[in-house]
Amino acid sequence: MSMTKPIATTRSATGIPTGKLAVWWVIGSEIVIFGGLLASYIMHRLGHPQWAEYASHTNAWFGGTNTFVLLTSSLFAVLAHHAAEQGDGKTAAKWLWATCAGGAIFAGIKAVEWTIEIQHGYTITANGFWSFYYTAAGLHALHVIAGCIIMLIIANDARKGIELHRVELIGIYWHFVDIVWIFLFPLLYIAK
Amino acid sequence: MAEHTEDHDHEQAHYVKIWGILLVLLIISVLGPVVAPHLEFGFLKAWMITLMTAFGIAIVKAYLVAANFMHLNVEKKYISYMLATMLMFMLLFFAGTSPDVMKHKGQNWENVAAEAEIERALAEQGEASHGEHGAEHEAGH
Repeated sequence: MSMTKPIATTRSATGIPTGKLAVWWVIGSEIVIFGGLLASYIMHRLGHPQWAEYASHTNAWFGGTNTFVLLTSSLFAVLAHHAAEQGDGKTAAKWLWATCAGGAIFAGIKAVEWTIEIQHGYTITANGFWSFYYTAAGLHALHVIAGCIIMLIIANDARKGIELHRVELIGIYWHFVDIVWIFLFPLLYIAK
Repeated sequence: MAEHTEDHDHEQAHYVKIWGILLVLLIISVLGPVVAPHLEFGFLKAWMITLMTAFGIAIVKAYLVAANFMHLNVEKKYISYMLATMLMFMLLFFAGTSPDVMKHKGQNWENVAAEAEIERALAEQGEASHGEHGAEHEAGH
């Protein structure tokens, strides 16, 4: 099996396994993507006093509940990694499914929240604040959905004891998505 | 083998402990804006307390997740330096563009459209809040 792997998978100039290094570089570029988006939100928020009133209509309970869900799913992801380290693929897969369930609950809550907001007329074109709100939270939600899909594929392999190191890799990505939400939450829901 | 299991349990307990701390911090950040007006004293204003409970805590939470769940504390330094470089880029982009967005006039320029929009929106919000207060007033009496 190892004979068929590309050279780049097995060599490492940094001493960090190639897969893990790649995930860290993905995160590095994601920092610039989300960081740029959040930084431009902050400068617009500070430059436009009327946004304070626009922002006061978000519901901190939805945001807070979703923060709780994501933090808990991050715990499940790190427990999956822990099980994979012990060579226990079956337990790792179960924790990954639990993490994924967290992602699904997050997306479900988001769907309810957005439906209510759109019904009240707070659409993506309502004003600059709501444009940022849907763009930032939407890009984040896409990352949650993508993470869940990758996680299900990895869980399926982990269940059979294949490529257990990938459990850690998807975990690192998932924690990053969690960290992005940790900053989105006060920006969109708390600092009004 | 017994030792191995003990380590195993110890690590799991550590992760659960970090999760517990994260939840406590989450509760503080949600309650921040509610309790901030009651904690004001001297130069410490409510908005400063809210900023601290919102963003100060967000930074602590992000650190806890990165260090303990992503294992950045035991990862090779290369990764931390790379991430720090990306954060520096973010600050650089912010510094480069923010004066144009946050200010609406300078020595030789004026963003007429932005100023007009702020004026229009604030006037509209003023009217709306007067309207609401009026309605509340009528409903209350």
